[in-house]
Amino acid sequence: MATQWVLLEVFQALNEVPFYHIFLEVGLLMWILWLIFHKSYNPKELEQLTDFEKEKLIEEWTPEPLVGNVAQNHPSLKPRMVSGKAGKFINVDGHYCLNMATHNYLGFVGNKDIEESAIKTLQKYGVGSCGPRGFYGTVDVHLDLEDRLTEFMKMEEAVVYSYGFSTIASAIPAYAKRGDVIFVDENVNFAIQKGLDASRSKIRFFKHNDMVDLERLLMDQAALDKKNPKKAQVTRRFLIVEGIYMNSGNICPLPELVELRKKYRLRIFVDESISFATLGDHGRGVTEYYNIPREEVDMISCSMEWSMATIGGFCVGSSFVVEHQRLSGLGYCFSASLPPLLAAAAITSLDIMEKDPTLFKKLQQQCQLVHKALSTLPLFILQGDPDSPVKHLYLRNPPNCTNHEFNLLSKIADFCIEHGIAVVTAAYLQTEKFTPRNSIRVTVNNMLTGDEINNVAVVLEKASSEVL
Amino acid sequence: MTPVWILSDYYNNINCCISFNILQLLKKNLIFLKIHVFLFAVPNLSSRLRFQSSSSDMTPNPRLRRSRYIFASNMAANGAVCSSKTKLQDGRCVVKEVNGVRNIFSEQVEYSKLLETKDSNGVPPKKKPVRSKESFEEVPLYTAVMTYLGFYLLMFLGYFNQLFFTPKVAMEKNREGYVPLFDRFESFYLRYVYRRVRDCWNQPICSVPGAEIVLKDRITKDYGWTFEYTGTFTKCLNLGSYNYLGFAEADGPCADAAAEAIEMYGCAMCSTVQELGTHPLVVELERTTAKFLGTEDAIVFGMGFATNSLNLPSLVSPGCLVLSDEKNHASLILGLRLSGATIKVFRHNNMLSLEKLLRDAVIYGQPRTRRPWKKILIVVEGVFSMEGSIVHLPDIIRLKKKYKAYLYLDEAHSIGALGENGRGVLDYYGCDPNDVDILMGTFTKSFGSAGGYIAGSKRLIDHLRVNSHAACYASAMSPPIAQQIITSMKIIMGEDGTLEGKKRIIQLARNARYFRRRLKQIGVIIYGNDDSPVVPLLVYMFSKIGAVVRTLRTRNIATVGVGFPATPLMEGRIRFCISASHTKEQLDKALEVIEEISDTLGLRYSQLPRFKGEVVYGSDDESQ
Ligand SMILES: Cc1ncc(COP(=O)(O)O)c(C=O)c1O
Repeated sequence: MATQWVLLEVFQALNEVPFYHIFLEVGLLMWILWLIFHKSYNPKELEQLTDFEKEKLIEEWTPEPLVGNVAQNHPSLKPRMVSGKAGKFINVDGHYCLNMATHNYLGFVGNKDIEESAIKTLQKYGVGSCGPRGFYGTVDVHLDLEDRLTEFMKMEEAVVYSYGFSTIASAIPAYAKRGDVIFVDENVNFAIQKGLDASRSKIRFFKHNDMVDLERLLMDQAALDKKNPKKAQVTRRFLIVEGIYMNSGNICPLPELVELRKKYRLRIFVDESISFATLGDHGRGVTEYYNIPREEVDMISCSMEWSMATIGGFCVGSSFVVEHQRLSGLGYCFSASLPPLLAAAAITSLDIMEKDPTLFKKLQQQCQLVHKALSTLPLFILQGDPDSPVKHLYLRNPPNCTNHEFNLLSKIADFCIEHGIAVVTAAYLQTEKFTPRNSIRVTVNNMLTGDEINNVAVVLEKASSEVL
Repeated sequence: MTPVWILSDYYNNINCCISFNILQLLKKNLIFLKIHVFLFAVPNLSSRLRFQSSSSDMTPNPRLRRSRYIFASNMAANGAVCSSKTKLQDGRCVVKEVNGVRNIFSEQVEYSKLLETKDSNGVPPKKKPVRSKESFEEVPLYTAVMTYLGFYLLMFLGYFNQLFFTPKVAMEKNREGYVPLFDRFESFYLRYVYRRVRDCWNQPICSVPGAEIVLKDRITKDYGWTFEYTGTFTKCLNLGSYNYLGFAEADGPCADAAAEAIEMYGCAMCSTVQELGTHPLVVELERTTAKFLGTEDAIVFGMGFATNSLNLPSLVSPGCLVLSDEKNHASLILGLRLSGATIKVFRHNNMLSLEKLLRDAVIYGQPRTRRPWKKILIVVEGVFSMEGSIVHLPDIIRLKKKYKAYLYLDEAHSIGALGENGRGVLDYYGCDPNDVDILMGTFTKSFGSAGGYIAGSKRLIDHLRVNSHAACYASAMSPPIAQQIITSMKIIMGEDGTLEGKKRIIQLARNARYFRRRLKQIGVIIYGNDDSPVVPLLVYMFSKIGAVVRTLRTRNIATVGVGFPATPLMEGRIRFCISASHTKEQLDKALEVIEEISDTLGLRYSQLPRFKGEVVYGSDDESQ
């Protein structure tokens, strides 16, 4: 009924208005429709390239070459060849040398027990594990190794990685994400730097071992947090340091770091690749060295490629923290597990370390002796803690050009190798965050005798006065 | 249509950035997941709608899902009806007029032209039967709906569970007032969804991962929170390890040589390659690898993952464009991310998508500055480890040449496992190694060892020796590991004077084809190429992954299940890896069991007609 009424009214209204009005209305309506639907002039369309132009552009484009040219005399193209085992003595390019260059601190390379257990495992499990840990790549040897590491470090849980470099580089981005803040020492090794890159967190570098600088950054951050408390509630804060720095040989001031950790609520990760099995009475690393309860540190990451003389790496810590890597550590999930024979070698190294803790005391003595001997060299500056098995020698009067400096150091290393002492210049890439100064890196192992150490100093001195 | 677009975005997210910090991604998708809860039945329908509506567009819709294209196969021979926009031609995958865009797939004629022009140095062109028969059968609608329902039920139960029961996990001590270390949703997913099927992964073994494998039994008394070892062991047929050529052996020439290497060189060098880590075995390995692949030079590293993630940054840099397949491995994605280059993802093995990106990149240059890209790198894998598909290499080489891009080919799963001589996809298609700029591969799989290589021109390798992160900072390869590779590679090349290598290659090829054809006959859906030794069997539902893996394990078959988030939510699967060490009898036994359980567990999803006759082992009959 109602609609009929309305229609009727409309008709009546139409009848009553004058004709020209309807005409106008219809005209207006059509104009509006035209405005809406007409094809407007589109400047974009005129800009579009024709197919011919596109083909031409494709033809014209010349990309950069895939890689640049490298100088054919670059030292990395002809690395020194080591034949035989790199034990206490090493054969470098046919020169029989005392080994002061590889990171075999405890002299486990060539250890008969380790080799035997590796071969035994090889005869049971073959070489490769043919799968990542998740997909039938977990051999019982891996579980044993993880248990043993946990026990050795007296912590709750360990995860084993198949490559030392990937250990810390995978562990960092497993926790730190975009939006988090990481405080890092400037001198950290390259693996940590890559872990930082992968995490996409905000990175704040503090000066090497400089607690004042670190606290300054922390206070900055605290001020920021105050301004934006909401954001601060979801911003995780990490502190990443090395036990002994590969690039400087210094030991981190862990007690101060732990204090700061507590004060500013940071989580601290320590890369103990060098300090593991070198510092402390039982070789448990920098926490034992400073006598700090290990719970104060959230995670410890180590490479097994140096003192343990095998391949791979591991992270230890509380189950709460470390377990997470089994699903989030990229290098753990997406890579084949460590070959069982290398895991077995690691277990045997642990056996030896547990059986004979005097190893570590002896190593520390050697480190101090070497430190004393090297600090007398007139043309070098020695860097590194007396207790550290890694020491750096810098030129006392360096030339202005770093390339020249590197060449001089290489010549010194060459001279030493020719005279029976194997030392190397530390290799760095240009892509380092803060390129470390060129140096000769000297490593210490616990098999050295007093005479040998003196001889090292004598040869280095002779080499430097010869070359410089 | 709006919800449809939101959903398709969600798809895109899952498809494109898979597996890279998976859980983070999960979190990102939480909001979309929530939308799903309300619209669980729509997705499949909607994607169909989208497909139809977009087919009239002039531009290919970037949101189309990969599985909509069926790069199919012998389905033509089977007389199967295929997806409306796909036309099949005698075994080559040819996509005609997808969405009205010019077909960019070369026809067979064009191919042979290409092959002929290349061999100008008097070598007669290799006439190979190019038999890239690949299939990605679509999921039935009903299954799709059920899969979503099942997943949300699981999530719902999880939330419910979380409300009432405290989790049996370690808690953080002594860190009160700290920002929580883990994301809440992440923890929830792990504790209440993943835990239910946790027993399917990380199963410890205590034998060689050969044709058979000994599992260390474990049980859980609390639904997956903790495990106990029972002290018993189960021997299973191993369909889970990447032991393609069967070189995972505890005795024989490889193991003996490796043992000798330990005695000669020890287990490790304790130094980096650039310092004092270069030993004669590394040099020999590099030389052998280059010879095996037919390249000028090669460089090796101690870990395959690190080979990708630490070398890509020295090849591309900001200002370069990388076109990466959506199914690429995590190590490649990590390497690209570290490099700082711009990354664009093209749909899995889809040349159309790749060409469009390439074209736009060359024509329009960098988005904001409008400068041309410094260089363009295409990154693909040989055999994709989760899809079982083989890269369309000849097409990619053609595109790469046309657009002057560079090509990075990761042969982790294809080296040794494909081709007449075991030289990977290049060998399979008969392509020239010089057409691929960077050949990468790992020694973990076919060689039964560990590590990775990069092979290519001397100029490339020299560049890497100087600039590679791994060469400078990572430790040198362990001598016994290197020796295992040398010995097994020489066996593959036949340099040991026997036909052992050839035999293994043939056995693997036969096994893979036989196993795949028999599975198709059973009526299950399998993805990938008929020649690929990686065989993903689609089970779709999250809980079915667990059920199938467990049932197969009780029947003494060890397999691997893969589910969300490593695959799209829809596409839970079981993956079989075929090895040359499997015998026909072993495969028959496995097939028998699979046939049996596909009835009880409902795995016969395939709607394609099945081949009725008998599948003959070792026959190359194309009609099958
Ligand atoms: C395509 C691809 N690249 C690299 C890797 C890593 O190799 P590896 O296990 O030797 O680290 C894998 C392993 O799963 C892979 O599938």
